[in-house]
Amino acid sequence: MSKELIVSSSPHLQAHDTTRRIMLDVVIALIPAFIAATVIFGWIVPIITAATIAACVLSEYISRKILKRDNTIGDLSAVVTGMLLSFNLPATLDAIWMGVLGGAIAIIVVKQLFGGIGQNFVNPALIARIILMVSFPTKMTTWPAPLAWIKDGGIDATTTATPLAIMSEGSGEGLPSIGNMLLGLRGGCLGETCAIALIIGGIYLIARKVISPIIPVCFIGTAAIFMMILDFAGIDGSSISFLPAQLLSGGLLLGAIFMATDYTTSPINFTGKIIFAIGCGLITVIIRFFASLPEGVSYSIIIMNLLVPHIERLTRPRPFGDLKEKKVKGGAKA
Amino acid sequence: MSQRSKGDTLLRGYGTRGGVAVPHRKNTAEFETVKMPPPNKVILAMQQHIGAPCIPTVKVGDIVAVGQVIGDSDKFVSAPIHSPISGKVSAINSIMLPGGQTTQAVEIESDGLMTVSDSVKPPKITDKDSFIKAVRASGLVGLGGAGFPAFIKLNPPAGVTIDTLVVNGAECEPYITADYRECMENSWDIMSGIYDVKELLNIKNVIIAIEKNKPEAIKVLSDIANNSNDPKHEVNVMPLPCRYPQGAEKVLIKQTTGRVVPKGKLPSDVGVIVMNVTSISFLARYLKTGMPLINKRLTIDGSAIWSPKNVEVCIGTPISEVISFAGGYKEEPSKLMMGGPMMGLALKDDTLPILKQNNAILAFLENDAVLREPGACIRCGRCVSVCPMHLVPPEISKLVNARDAEGLEKAGAMVCMECGCCAYACPAGRRIVQAMRLAKSIIRNAPKKEVK
Repeated sequence: MSKELIVSSSPHLQAHDTTRRIMLDVVIALIPAFIAATVIFGWIVPIITAATIAACVLSEYISRKILKRDNTIGDLSAVVTGMLLSFNLPATLDAIWMGVLGGAIAIIVVKQLFGGIGQNFVNPALIARIILMVSFPTKMTTWPAPLAWIKDGGIDATTTATPLAIMSEGSGEGLPSIGNMLLGLRGGCLGETCAIALIIGGIYLIARKVISPIIPVCFIGTAAIFMMILDFAGIDGSSISFLPAQLLSGGLLLGAIFMATDYTTSPINFTGKIIFAIGCGLITVIIRFFASLPEGVSYSIIIMNLLVPHIERLTRPRPFGDLKEKKVKGGAKA
Repeated sequence: MSQRSKGDTLLRGYGTRGGVAVPHRKNTAEFETVKMPPPNKVILAMQQHIGAPCIPTVKVGDIVAVGQVIGDSDKFVSAPIHSPISGKVSAINSIMLPGGQTTQAVEIESDGLMTVSDSVKPPKITDKDSFIKAVRASGLVGLGGAGFPAFIKLNPPAGVTIDTLVVNGAECEPYITADYRECMENSWDIMSGIYDVKELLNIKNVIIAIEKNKPEAIKVLSDIANNSNDPKHEVNVMPLPCRYPQGAEKVLIKQTTGRVVPKGKLPSDVGVIVMNVTSISFLARYLKTGMPLINKRLTIDGSAIWSPKNVEVCIGTPISEVISFAGGYKEEPSKLMMGGPMMGLALKDDTLPILKQNNAILAFLENDAVLREPGACIRCGRCVSVCPMHLVPPEISKLVNARDAEGLEKAGAMVCMECGCCAYACPAGRRIVQAMRLAKSIIRNAPKKEVK
């Protein structure tokens, strides 16, 4: 043989899935919500999203260069972070620079300083959102009215309250209809409003086996059950008639489908995922009903992110054949 | 039997966790085995089994006959090695096996006569002891790939009752069809081997387990099993899901009997013996003819092979000759493997001889041979969900980096059988099996804890 043979460890086959393909699938899954947001909030949406993605990718490129690590923008994870962060911003002119700033924070501080992809212990987009929320509370909660860009001919022309704010006032007056909420015709962050588009994206991710349905289902299910229990106990502002509206408002769907399922910051095994998702659901409802904040999805996910190492330690599967007590079945009669 | 519903002739499995859907690529399934003429020269490695290597029992210049013992060991875990040809011992060298160990090798030059040794005659079997002795003399090792001496497996320690014999025809590795051909071409040998073992070891149940991607083999064997003299339906066929690694011993035992082999224990501890189909069929032939293990059927396949097929060759034939006989390379390969693509060993050249436990030689072109560059772990959890041994590879990788022997032991790294599902499924292309091997060697080399 004239050629040197490749001698490598088994296995000599690899499945087709790659990190890049998985990230691309997440981007594809976010596109329906992106299109819906553009229709609902206007031409400003592509600008905000593009600016945020650009900031994330550039931050990743530059920080890897400075830290003398190999270039990883090809894995598209920075694109996903950028897209998700932009979905958490209001559709206003200010969101453009806030997105750029948030993107830089998400990638440089939360992701790269901790070692890059797979090493961050909290969701980069959510931390960026929370930092922006704390730094610019008014600008982050100025909600343009849906379709106002067509009707009133401009961005920022009219603002509206979010359904969560309306519900927490108690009367429910001015709450958009469930149909409108499914379509996304309500106030809120630009990517969180269109429930149908988010669900389509979620189904795509499940069908492509990128995520398992366990986290979204347990997260939303826990929130729903907990809210019903609160209603039963007669807690203010939790009238059962608001339940569908509660589930469709705020960032619950966006968070449950796209943020809580982030690989790096959610538990790696099945039981762990269930505990993690239940925790997210409980904390979301507690914040919505008992805290001074109207919305709790991002905080609930961040808190559960921090608990992931502990959840994993508690739920580690037993290796095959590592039996608790000596439980030898079958014919061994020694 | 409870596993069998009325009117159904096939058994249903108990189910297992994990595994991956590997591509089948059973290109050679429908080609009848071609017999390769004996080569001019064979190289017989003295280590063709798990256990102690053999010591050559011949010297350079000796004349040997077909079936004559040329290597044996007085250690318990070992199996004798026989000459597949007649001729003269031309050299005794040392060679490096695919796994990296060095061992002695006896080189025999053929005289072209194929004179059969006087020692080759059907063994006299009167009881279990004479049977076990005969199995040892046959040189049989686990032909599924592991190469564990068969006589040890068939002779469990006193006090252990074996109630089930599982005949492993899963052949879950891609490409390989050698066992499938055995089922199709020598189905009666398989059945008679089963009855020999069943009677001599007094085993109640026999389960022949075959993956569903081999419906013909399932049909042939279940037809024989149901028509033969078995009024109590003690021999049954179980179709297995097409999910690698169904054929791995512990996974197979769980699937066929529902029993879990405890960590560090053997199948006999749960009353089971697992034997490969080709092993059991060889045993039947040996008991009839007394011809020891000197030939082996191999699947020759892969993108660099001109015409993939199954060939029966003399053990000890150099790989290069087997490949030229099979039609040669399409193009110079970039990777050559002994065994399947999931667990097989990559070879550094094609001069190595065929070993007893070989069941395939695969040659890949560059396209298939080059694996993706490993990237960072994204904690997607695919490795965790596919691990048939319920391990958490990312955690083990971290412990490997920390050289934490105690942590690795706790994480169950020793249970890993290196099936490769984790690395196959990893989107980042990480070399997880390599990390697992490292984990085991860290545990093995750790200083023993002091007994307090």
